[in-house]
Amino acid sequence: MAELTTMQRALNRALDDALAADERTLVFGEDVGTLGGVFRVTDGLKAKYGGDRVFDTTLAEAGIMGMAVGLAMAGWRPVPEIQFDGFSYPAIDQIVNQVARMHYRSRGAFDMPITLRLPSFGGIRAPEHHGESLEALFAQVPGLKVVAPSTPAEAYALLRQSIEDPDPVIFLEPKSRYWHKDTVSDEELEERLPVGTSRVVRPGRHVTLVAWGAMVARCLQAAELGAEDGVEIEVIDLRWLKPIDADGLAASVARTRRAVVVHEAPLTAGLGAEVSALITERCFAELKAPVQRVTGWDVPYPSPVLEDEYLPSIDRILDAVQTTLEYRRG
Amino acid sequence: MTMTTRDAGATARPAAQAHADDAALLRRLYRTMATVRRLDLDAVAMQRQGIIPGYAPMRGQEAAQVGSAAALDLRRDFAFPTYRELGVAVAMGVDPVAYLASHQGAWHGGLWDAAAARLAPINAVVGGAVTHAVGWALGAKLDRTGGVAIAYFGDGASSQGDIHEAMNTAAVSRLPVVFFCQNNGWAISVPASEQVAGGSVAARGAGYGMPGVRVDGNDVIAVYDATRRALDRARKGGGPSIVEAMTYRMGPHSTSDDPGRYRTLDEEQSWLARDPLALCEQQLRRTGTVGDGFFAEVAETAGALADRVRDDVAALGGRPPEEMFDFVFSDPPAALLGQRRAWEESRHG
Repeated sequence: MAELTTMQRALNRALDDALAADERTLVFGEDVGTLGGVFRVTDGLKAKYGGDRVFDTTLAEAGIMGMAVGLAMAGWRPVPEIQFDGFSYPAIDQIVNQVARMHYRSRGAFDMPITLRLPSFGGIRAPEHHGESLEALFAQVPGLKVVAPSTPAEAYALLRQSIEDPDPVIFLEPKSRYWHKDTVSDEELEERLPVGTSRVVRPGRHVTLVAWGAMVARCLQAAELGAEDGVEIEVIDLRWLKPIDADGLAASVARTRRAVVVHEAPLTAGLGAEVSALITERCFAELKAPVQRVTGWDVPYPSPVLEDEYLPSIDRILDAVQTTLEYRRG
Repeated sequence: MTMTTRDAGATARPAAQAHADDAALLRRLYRTMATVRRLDLDAVAMQRQGIIPGYAPMRGQEAAQVGSAAALDLRRDFAFPTYRELGVAVAMGVDPVAYLASHQGAWHGGLWDAAAARLAPINAVVGGAVTHAVGWALGAKLDRTGGVAIAYFGDGASSQGDIHEAMNTAAVSRLPVVFFCQNNGWAISVPASEQVAGGSVAARGAGYGMPGVRVDGNDVIAVYDATRRALDRARKGGGPSIVEAMTYRMGPHSTSDDPGRYRTLDEEQSWLARDPLALCEQQLRRTGTVGDGFFAEVAETAGALADRVRDDVAALGGRPPEEMFDFVFSDPPAALLGQRRAWEESRHG
């Protein structure tokens, strides 16, 4: 029976079930215990599982991630939270130099089954450092896996999958979608979405839109509008940002022969460049137009009143779609 | 903060038995220190001879490293080293060849089984492993193993923010950690006087509400006793503490370094008079339990080991190159396996 829920509740349920399923799983971070997290994603978990397994840390992001490394070395399965995307920067040394490398450095003596939950991306009119998109930065680091859900059902399945994974996973939660309601069926609660798999959210035959996180919903809106003009837009929810489902991308673009990648992060060296390269490598002969990128600008994430000028808009997405449709080889 | 040199509290045993125990401990510590001294000198020589590309010598810090590591309970404790911890590794029973494999270039972290040895891989980020000790200690506390984590770091690392985060968190949660600072006077070229505000890392314990003791880091018994007390305290639920071993890096920071550019020969000579190995020998001779024959035998045994280590390090060669791919993930994604295949094809034309 399908239940109407939010991504925030789905994530809470995933953590609840993960804590119940494996007593070595620990949930910790700033304000995740008594308060239940600033987004209430960990609401009620400390009361249910006790302060040994769900606990508040000191306000120290590098310390949180270093603690996760040590806990993993002692055989625990840490699920730390860093409260906001921009505050993962103080922990970058631990994430890049330690979390991502301890399995390698120790020649496999220590698994690092760490899932870093990181409320991410923009769109909530937040202060500075609360709207960053860091997927490309993390995807570049050997030893990390990176994922971002777009719906409540995906959030549940991907978080369970990430926690069960033996390797470090950076789990980017699109905070602008925390409160969006959608149905989650009992079957979906049993689902796992294996590392490196994507999903065709809406089929279409004229052009492929590739997105993740909150941009999936925006691309679906763009596809609705495109359909009114007779343009059948296929939307792919990439989900796993490392590893990327290159085969899934190629299968779609081989049919549509046009692709637009959409993300909130700045353009230059963003993950759109990687997606574009993967598509071009695999579909060069089929492509009727260069892969287009619709992204944030190469500027610091702006203040709330400028947020809508920064984020990819439906108009910008449709303009890029139009560009691929009208492209003619010279 | 308190300054200790010898364990004034260890008077419960009958005097004769205490004397015999102390002598046995000293013999054991001396043997390990002398072995480490020989291996360290040989490692520098191997670098000069082109057998290994680089090395971070620890001569002068044998008492601090061996004395602290010898106090560990290897059934349940765990040590987090830096990149200058040959003495710790040898005292914990790690094969010196596996340790020096890092410097030989085989594998950054070294080739020993870190989980089995209870010594984490070599960590080249200054202060980078200290928060790991805090996490490991939390895990040990939750598992009620009685295990204690010891985090090694230096006076230079004490400037790192990670050290503050680690100490504060460990103290807030009363975690079983010993923060073992080897204050060897120099962070490459910057003296501790320009590194450590207030002049003492141990004194910082007061601010965290945990004990901090400063010991003569060249007196192996003082180091052993202070570390054992800190371990006992942590084991009994008393929480973390700091041990600051005042010592001296007698050699260069690394085999690429030239201390003549930043410190005087006079300073080096003055510390030569406080050579920890010579001090240990004096202490041991005073027990009256050993004569010249003991020291000759230790030197001979250490020399034989050093010869074996030299041969084995020289013979290490390279690792199977596929290890470059195979240890990145526990469950490698298909994309990486694809790169591994591409690499294999590129090698076989």
